[in-house]
Amino acid sequence: MSILVNKDTKVIVQGFTGKEGTFHAEQCMAYGTQIVGGVTPGKGGQEHLGQPVFNTVAEAVAATGATVSMIFVPPAFVSDAVMEAADAGIDLAVIITEGAPVKDMMFAKAYAVKKNMKTIGPNCPGIITAEECKIGIMPGFIFKKGHVGLISKSGTLTYESANQVVNEGFGITTAVGIGGDPIIGLSYKQLLPMFEADPETHAIVMIGEIGGDLEIQAAAYIKEHITKPVVAFIAGQTAPAGKRMGHAGAIISGGAGTAAEKMAALEAAGVKVVVSPADIGKALAEVMKK
Amino acid sequence: MNIHEYQAKELFKKYNVPTLRGHIAFTPDEAVKAAQELGGNIWVVKAQIHAGGRGLGGGVKLAKSTSEVREMASQILGMQLVTHQTGPEGKLVQKVYIEEGADIKKEYYLGLLLDRALEMPIMMASTEGGMAIEEVAHNTPEKIIKVSIDPLTGFQSFHGRKLAFGLGLPVEEINTFIKFAAALYRVYMDHDAEMIEINPLVKTGDGKFLALDAKMGFDNNALYRQNQVNEMRDLSEEEPTEIEADKYGLSYIKLDGNVGCMVNGAGLAMGTMDTINYEGGRPANFLDVGGSASAETVAKGFDIILKDPNVKAIFVNIFGGIVRCDRVANGIIEATKLTNVNVPVIVRLDGTNAIEAAEILNNAGIANIVAATDLADGARKAVAAAKGE
Repeated sequence: MSILVNKDTKVIVQGFTGKEGTFHAEQCMAYGTQIVGGVTPGKGGQEHLGQPVFNTVAEAVAATGATVSMIFVPPAFVSDAVMEAADAGIDLAVIITEGAPVKDMMFAKAYAVKKNMKTIGPNCPGIITAEECKIGIMPGFIFKKGHVGLISKSGTLTYESANQVVNEGFGITTAVGIGGDPIIGLSYKQLLPMFEADPETHAIVMIGEIGGDLEIQAAAYIKEHITKPVVAFIAGQTAPAGKRMGHAGAIISGGAGTAAEKMAALEAAGVKVVVSPADIGKALAEVMKK
Repeated sequence: MNIHEYQAKELFKKYNVPTLRGHIAFTPDEAVKAAQELGGNIWVVKAQIHAGGRGLGGGVKLAKSTSEVREMASQILGMQLVTHQTGPEGKLVQKVYIEEGADIKKEYYLGLLLDRALEMPIMMASTEGGMAIEEVAHNTPEKIIKVSIDPLTGFQSFHGRKLAFGLGLPVEEINTFIKFAAALYRVYMDHDAEMIEINPLVKTGDGKFLALDAKMGFDNNALYRQNQVNEMRDLSEEEPTEIEADKYGLSYIKLDGNVGCMVNGAGLAMGTMDTINYEGGRPANFLDVGGSASAETVAKGFDIILKDPNVKAIFVNIFGGIVRCDRVANGIIEATKLTNVNVPVIVRLDGTNAIEAAEILNNAGIANIVAATDLADGARKAVAAAKGE
């Protein structure tokens, strides 16, 4: 078991024939992901990486039965691509593209919600169910199969934590990179219950960062509903206020969104919070022993 | 990206958000000319820098004659203005805004920003005009009235009524206020603004509302389609090293410690700073070299980190995913040839081809490059090296 995606998931790629889309679609296929086609307007009817190219998402869905779309289109076209996927009845759009305007995401997400389409990202590494299905840009080999669910705002910290989890002798069920933009799709609060319900997942690692209050919402949810052990790290304890730390959403504004307040809220919810990201694996080993 | 008060007011004027008349001046002569053009017998001379709290720092002054305008402008132009938002070194004032006087009856606060939890803009108003809104929110949260505005339907009169009645405005002023707020919402949406703050919003003796101050910030991701806003960018208000880093696709922020760090990915870069801190050191910077970590970007990263004389050691922390560590190792060796690195460099490469990478670094035999096995080990070694141990 796993959450959201597995070896049977059929995936199309929006921005399939572009440089990024091509490179990462190829990597995903090598990992075992069922990439069943792609969409590049104007290139419909062609073949790319051995798979059909379609002009529209609707045609791609009708022809392939895909339920998930991996989006690689340039930032200016992200909201259009997301809405097209939602309109075509896609269940989950994984938006890898970095740099989409916040206003666009505000509209695109509202539309996706209305159409019952889940989204992950933008500006994220994607989602991976270990040894079954990789939809994104993460190095697949790190994610050995096991019993730990992973939710992270940061790409490289996802790899770092997964690596530590594996080095401690545990593995991953599914890892989701939710992205660090101000408006994102699925977040801790939606993903935590999925991991709670997944019998293969025995513990959860969550990686947050400064800015916004998603981690605070997560803490409240964990306190009420999560029975599995949770290990958390919040990046940016040493970040100065008012400065945007790489991710568009990673900013302490008006004194709110600090690492300290998030860590305190998570601790109060019974989460094992580590101060150094180097201790994520060790902390997980501790909570798994109990 | 942020703009100056006078620039925000230019945008306001185009949308009929009422402001006072004013002119920008770079010299005392220009300030006097601006005052003469405006006419009247009272003017306000306002320092234009990207920071709040200008009044308290002595950057906003009232002048009752053109000779006073000259005097105030001479004082303010060229000063290092220190406010709670500039840091102790302050900011150099290079221009002043000369504005006509106003008959102020009451001061309010009005702001617009994205509510990340609701995923829509919220407009906030308060009777506590002129005060820092963070303090009002902290001490007397009941004095802030908020409305969330669904972007799909936009600003409605009821949003305005809720704010206006919340502020206790008399019925005859409600419509004027609603018009003001609706226009402000259009300014916000049309320019991909991240925030607008009017503090204070003033009511004049004749019952009109005016933006006495104006602060605007924008979504950097949307600047490609905001030409007018782009033209307002004032590079002299930004950190030169941050601008330079940006040119090379590096994301750099200077901090005040002595352990430089170079990391791939923003989250891991913050995590690396936190680890350095945890191990008893202080990070000198945030630096995300991005996905590729090529020899050129690594060399540029070293250059930028070493511009800071406080840096006593550099911790290179790369988790190789799609980027292979052996390539990064070669990049680091190349980089030390491209630029002079005279402090210890602790390198931790993990992920794809990490073992090969360690061999490459060891075989290169560069005296000041030290390999680390993992994140904690690297941070420890870097902190020790910075302390001269």
